[in-house]
Amino acid sequence: MVEATIETARVLDGPLVIGGVELRSRLIVGTGKYATNEVMVDAIRASGAEMVTVAVRRVDLDRTKEEGILHHLSPDEFFLLANTAGCYTADDAVRYARLARAAGFNDFVKLEVIGDETTLLPDVQATLEAARTLTEDGFKVMAYTNDDLITALRLEDAGCVAVMPLASPIGSGLGVVNPYFIREIKKRLDVPVIVDAGVGTASDACVTMEQGVDGVLMNTALAAADGPVRMSHAMKHAIVAGRLAFLAGRMPAREIAVPSSPSKGMLD
Amino acid sequence: MKEASTIRVQVNGKEREVERGLTVDGFLERLDLHPGMVVVELNREILERDSYGRVGVSDGDTLELVHFVGGG
Repeated sequence: MVEATIETARVLDGPLVIGGVELRSRLIVGTGKYATNEVMVDAIRASGAEMVTVAVRRVDLDRTKEEGILHHLSPDEFFLLANTAGCYTADDAVRYARLARAAGFNDFVKLEVIGDETTLLPDVQATLEAARTLTEDGFKVMAYTNDDLITALRLEDAGCVAVMPLASPIGSGLGVVNPYFIREIKKRLDVPVIVDAGVGTASDACVTMEQGVDGVLMNTALAAADGPVRMSHAMKHAIVAGRLAFLAGRMPAREIAVPSSPSKGMLD
Repeated sequence: MKEASTIRVQVNGKEREVERGLTVDGFLERLDLHPGMVVVELNREILERDSYGRVGVSDGDTLELVHFVGGG
């Protein structure tokens, strides 16, 4: 059944192509906040995601054994997308991106410059500044941003290979708070639009994909579920369901009932 | 006067005393770190991996040793 979902999606939908990288799954997942590394690996495999995000941090010199993510996730199995999470300035984000690239896996970066500690909303001005610096430096930038169309357009102009508006704040699980803006961004951009942050459960993921976006990036919804592996399966199906529903084109919603069976041919 | 056999460097925000004359490769080995698993920033300059065997660690250097961890 698991393989059948991906297979069905492949027949009825094209791949997601970001900066020349072709992905069969429209779900990108994070690797943070799991109870154990074993659960993380099982959940990520269950999600069907091929691209996974990782963070750049100091090595803890007091206990270095086994704590790096590469001890658990093979770069041969997953495309590692390094993030600049935790950065509050453009300069810091550029520094973290360069450190990540020096690890030698790829020149992609999930650019994230936070502007406020309480809401974790992005500093879009600093994000734009860092995006320009990094694209000039040869990076393939996937930029986390808010659901503002103008910023999204400017990030595309800056050369980002994907623009990633939030559904709602990071780790909130509130789902898409502004589907209209998400749709508008998707309509106006040529680069892939990946909704990043805020998805809480499978229905949120499905509704997000029904807006027509190219993919969803999530972490907490899986890691903080009571059963991350089950939730990963659910999300995989929800992403495919939402995508196919969007491509199929939904029936118009009406506030009146219309019978499904013929009104002719009834008995006297 | 004889030169001290150790130097003091700042590593990931903490001061450490290490033997004089180490390359970055040797320095990582002393810390039990695999060179393929870390990225080294020496005095704010990111080092290419293939330079670890050539670049030396000197007194007063500031090093940042980073790697990938779980994140979203």
